[in-house]
Amino acid sequence: MLFGFKMNMKIHRLVVLAAALGFGQAAWSADIIGVVTLKGTPPAEKEITPLKEDVNCGAMYKTVPTTHFYVVDAKGDLADVVVSLKGITGKSTGAGAAPAVLDQKGCLYVPQILAIQTGQKLIVKNSDACIHNVHAMPAMAGNPESNQGQMPGGADLTYTYDKPEMFLKYKCDVHPWMFAWVSVFDSPYFCVSDKDGKFVIKNVPPGKYTVEAAHRKLGAQTQEVEIKDTDATVNFTFEVK
Amino acid sequence: MSANATNGIHPWLHRFAVLTAFCTFLLLGLGGLVTSHEAGMSVPDWPNTYGYNMFLFPFSQWVGGIFYEHTHRLLASGVGLMTTILAVWLWFKDSRKWMHWLGVTTFLLVVAQGVLGGLRVTLHLDSLGIVHGTIAQLFFVLTCALALFTSRRWPDLAAKSRPGFRVPSDLRTLVLATTLLIFGQLVLGATMRHQHAGLAIPDFPHAYGRWWPDASPDAVAQYNAKRMAVNGENPITAFQIELQMAHRITALAIFILTALCAWQARRQLGGKDVLAKLAGAWLALVFLQAILGAATVWSNKAADVATTHVLVGALSLMIGSLWCILAFHRSEPMADARLLGAFGAQPALAANK
Repeated sequence: MLFGFKMNMKIHRLVVLAAALGFGQAAWSADIIGVVTLKGTPPAEKEITPLKEDVNCGAMYKTVPTTHFYVVDAKGDLADVVVSLKGITGKSTGAGAAPAVLDQKGCLYVPQILAIQTGQKLIVKNSDACIHNVHAMPAMAGNPESNQGQMPGGADLTYTYDKPEMFLKYKCDVHPWMFAWVSVFDSPYFCVSDKDGKFVIKNVPPGKYTVEAAHRKLGAQTQEVEIKDTDATVNFTFEVK
Repeated sequence: MSANATNGIHPWLHRFAVLTAFCTFLLLGLGGLVTSHEAGMSVPDWPNTYGYNMFLFPFSQWVGGIFYEHTHRLLASGVGLMTTILAVWLWFKDSRKWMHWLGVTTFLLVVAQGVLGGLRVTLHLDSLGIVHGTIAQLFFVLTCALALFTSRRWPDLAAKSRPGFRVPSDLRTLVLATTLLIFGQLVLGATMRHQHAGLAIPDFPHAYGRWWPDASPDAVAQYNAKRMAVNGENPITAFQIELQMAHRITALAIFILTALCAWQARRQLGGKDVLAKLAGAWLALVFLQAILGAATVWSNKAADVATTHVLVGALSLMIGSLWCILAFHRSEPMADARLLGAFGAQPALAANK
């Protein structure tokens, strides 16, 4: 009986220690939050006239859609900025992550700016009633270029990439105004700013980091941040010159 | 057998050669439209089309960029067949042995073009697209040369080897050098078109508002930030800006040289000489090409304007090449015969064999 009591106590201590470690682990990471804004007036978006003139694609629209190079609201909050921790490699959890989805809808790629991890599946769908080709054009050696046709109602196409790369281009050569950019990271520490310019990089372990915000037209900016045991705030301001 | 046939000339063979050259010119135009519409990769597979046999692809799916790429492939098949027929016809009906081998060369070149075009798609190589576009121009020149060599006028040229008929060597050299420069300009143009970066310089005659553009990294970053390209072209680079400036400067050099050629041809051969008239037409064509180049910029690289610019460039190369062939043939009949002798022709009156 005494021996059993001692064993129970030992197991009890181990359980408490494990719980403490688990709790401590959750407490030892924090989020990096922030807002990206744009100063100045960006160039006017252009009407995608060839889309409206296309027999199949134009029928889906009442007005001519425009490009979306600068998605900015009245307050200057800038969307579609890829924010990430620079220089983090070998930390990808992509293989176990939920697949990301890139859709072809209304003869446009949705979303136009996307970010995934190395090894994470990217599923490309064709929700249109017309033919598209999915032409992925990586610039990084080790990420293969591919070009596949996708008939209306056809099977989804799946891609994965082994190398980090910023703004890997996807395009449709049948409809040359269709393009999307997929950024690939070797860690889960990234996100894309939303329509309010807000971003959250979750569960960042303690340490000093360089946070990079990259916009396809405006270039990239970096800031240093240190994560201790509370969320850190990093804001970025881009300027149109 | 007709009188022409006894002289080694076959009218229907000549007409077929002319038709082949014309269809090749149309094929160049279709190929130009493919690149101008950025449709080169719109059909991901080759030689099939979206898994279909190329000749059975449903017409309802000839949409967007597929229309240009697919019709280009179909016409290319037609030109390939015509070239094969021409090569066989030349082999069995033309009595000149050198024409047999020229026919074979033309056949091999069209096969190489087909393979190059297919590999450009399956291997995703823009560099092959540049080679494919360049060889297309050379192939067009070759088909036009075959049309010339099979014409009934060709044998007359060798017979008229009198002193006043010869073309001075300095004039021949000038035209040859200008033709080679035009070829270099075509390679430059093909390289520019396969950058898939749209217009690297959006204005003319200035370049970003200056006579010589600022291509510093900061300036290029600003150009890219302000550029709102509907077709999602690649960002502009300093190299592409410099490439376009080289293209503009070469265009000016070509215009000056063709003007010099036209002036010297008129002065040395007389205004009534066919080569003087051809040189004058060549100058007019180059002037038109310069206007089309400017229009390509002003229209923001409208596909029809850019493609017409490609076609007039091809005509410029063809005229320069045929001018050189005619001038050489008129002027050096014995050297010409020695060259032809290497292909098994008789030295004397080789053009009639």
